Amino acid sequence: MDVLVCLKRVPLAGGTLILTPDAKDIETKHLGFGISPHEENAVEAGVQLVEQMGGTLTLLTLGPSDAEEQLRAQLAIGATRAVLLETDGQEWDPQGTAAALVDAIKAEETQFDLIIFGAESVDSAGYQIHVRVAHALNRPIVTNVKAMKIENGVASCERVVATGREHYEAPLPAIVTVRDGLNIPRYPSVPGRMQARKKPVDMKKAEPRVPKLEKLNLTIAPSKSTGAEILGNGADAVPALVEVLKKIGAL
Amino acid sequence: MILVLVDHDRGELDPLSLRALTAARKLGQDIEAVVIGKDGAGVAGVVGEYGAKVLHVATHADITDYTPQASGRALKDLVEKLNPAAVIAAGSPRGNEQLAHLAAFLDAPMASDCSSITLGSPHVVQRARWAGNLIEEANVHSPLLIASIFPFSTEPESANAGAATLSEFQPILEASDTVVRVLSRDSGESKSGGVTLTDAKVIVSGGRGVGGPEGFSKLEELAALMEGTVGCSRVVTASGWRPHAEQVGQTGSKVAPDLYIACGISGAMQHIAGMKNSKTIVVINTDPEAPILNYADYAIIGDLHQVLPALTSAVREAKG
Ligand SMILES: Cc1cc2nc3c(=O)[nH]c(=O)nc-3n(C[C@H](O)[C@H](O)[C@H](O)COP(=O)(O)OP(=O)(O)OC[C@H]3O[C@@H](n4cnc5c(N)ncnc54)[C@H](O)[C@@H]3O)c2cc1C
Ligand SMILES: Cc1cc2nc3c(=O)[nH]c(=O)nc-3n(C[C@H](O)[C@H](O)[C@H](O)COP(=O)(O)OP(=O)(O)OC[C@H]3O[C@@H](n4cnc5c(N)ncnc54)[C@H](O)[C@@H]3O)c2cc1C
Repeated sequence: MDVLVCLKRVPLAGGTLILTPDAKDIETKHLGFGISPHEENAVEAGVQLVEQMGGTLTLLTLGPSDAEEQLRAQLAIGATRAVLLETDGQEWDPQGTAAALVDAIKAEETQFDLIIFGAESVDSAGYQIHVRVAHALNRPIVTNVKAMKIENGVASCERVVATGREHYEAPLPAIVTVRDGLNIPRYPSVPGRMQARKKPVDMKKAEPRVPKLEKLNLTIAPSKSTGAEILGNGADAVPALVEVLKKIGAL
Repeated sequence: MILVLVDHDRGELDPLSLRALTAARKLGQDIEAVVIGKDGAGVAGVVGEYGAKVLHVATHADITDYTPQASGRALKDLVEKLNPAAVIAAGSPRGNEQLAHLAAFLDAPMASDCSSITLGSPHVVQRARWAGNLIEEANVHSPLLIASIFPFSTEPESANAGAATLSEFQPILEASDTVVRVLSRDSGESKSGGVTLTDAKVIVSGGRGVGGPEGFSKLEELAALMEGTVGCSRVVTASGWRPHAEQVGQTGSKVAPDLYIACGISGAMQHIAGMKNSKTIVVINTDPEAPILNYADYAIIGDLHQVLPALTSAVREAKG
């Protein structure tokens, strides 16, 4: 079983976001970088499949050369090798990103049985890159997968919706996008980290395309400016809260 | 003309689609709606009330339940026939997925999670990034605008109009379009009182401050009393205290109940993204400086293990 996982380097921001002076990007000077949570599940799923069935796990990213850091971190989890499509720091819209990923996948010798994406990234969440890749490669795609089994050449998948769970099947070769909750991603072992340094990362230059979705600027979304009304301390404040609940009609 | 994809689950309307219709009306053009699958035809009344003059119904023997790529194909056929200025859907997982298939078929750009749209050449959109913490302004260079509406940016408003006229059409599907579809379902983990997180009017949510899985019984008791349900932060699911289905936030569910009671949750950006659209937010936290207070309406500073039991008995008393 040969698996490919697509990743994106993103800034890890926990608290408030700060913008660059030109308001085109978020200020990342004081931030670390990583990958989105769903992608950690994607890598874990790939590692498990290769453990169970043999084969290889390849990682693919489009991003700056610094994204090698994220690839090495995931190679340490158990991936076999990685491909980095190096950008010139320019902006790539989902169509351009998808086209570059498709070219890279077609250029690979391996016919990947399964390609795994994160369901959405923390910074963009455009919900389309994976569908575009599926169309270009003429493969079935199941999105938002929370549980998956590969049996007899079929990926059987579960998606969690408001009313419960939906079951889907996709014959391999297929594409899935996965969500947090699919599995519990492992931490890299010390030997894993050592090996990751020597694993191959192919660097390729990616040719930028004119974006059809063109970012102009960013603004911070407004939040409630007044802050909370403090009703009091501890259990003594409960009567005041009950009054509030009556006022808003919750009681 | 603006074409709005109205999503339904076996005939039952997705309420987010009414927000998409409302947002589409603001563009000042005629509205037509489309449903995929013949059991969607029943929404003609409400879709008309929200401003659609015509409801196109994609009917095909192979579309019996949600089949996202077939939806994309049906939308493509309809776009080629009607030539709308824009195709709009709700920014729900299904809305986005079906639009993405349309965009892939047409090799056209798609803007997801839009809170504002100005049609033109180029079209200009404002869309949510970082789970709604940032708003991005972007140009869309394409004659046809394909856009989904950020779920919480538009309140549904009726246009008080009559039912839409039905117009059936049969998309021409390829075999590959119907490979991926819902094969079966089950009702999933049963939640307290049967209320799901996204439908609940009251959510009592717990974070690291709850201290462990046992502490959640206090939250469950209050939630049951108020006919609501329990939610939690990612720390809680990552620690295995509660199932992932209860997680609120960027990588969990995005909720907007009437009342959200956050107990022992600090208010990380990724948690806020999932609950800031709640009507009233109440915080119970030992830390008067916790960031979540910036997003809340009311707060009690104190230990949730003392406040919650007192609150539960006071609520029980008030209910008589
Ligand atoms: C208007 C606009 C402005 C943008 N601005 C920026 C910007 O400022 N900085 C920036 O870095 N990007 C920017 N992008 C690019 C964007 O973040 C992604 O590269 C691309 O749009 C992702 O598509 P998506 O939103 O459908 O997928 P996402 O929701 O972002 O990702 C879904 C999954 O696709 C895969 N994936 C996504 N991107 C890549 C990638 N590059 N390589 C490999 N796999 C990937 C991952 O598995 C991910 O989990 C911008 C895009 C748009 C449309
Ligand atoms: C990409 C990404 C995605 C993420 N997605 C999500 C997501 O979907 N949902 C989510 O929730 N998080 C998400 N997170 C994690 C998020 O950043 C925070 O780590 C998490 O929300 C913190 O959870 P918490 O508030 O329970 O814990 P903490 O931040 O540790 O806060 C605990 C709070 O409890 C209070 N407290 C302690 N004891 C008591 C007591 N006895 N009584 C009352 N109060 C008490 C403390 O004062 C503190 O404010 C994500 C993170 C990343 C990087």
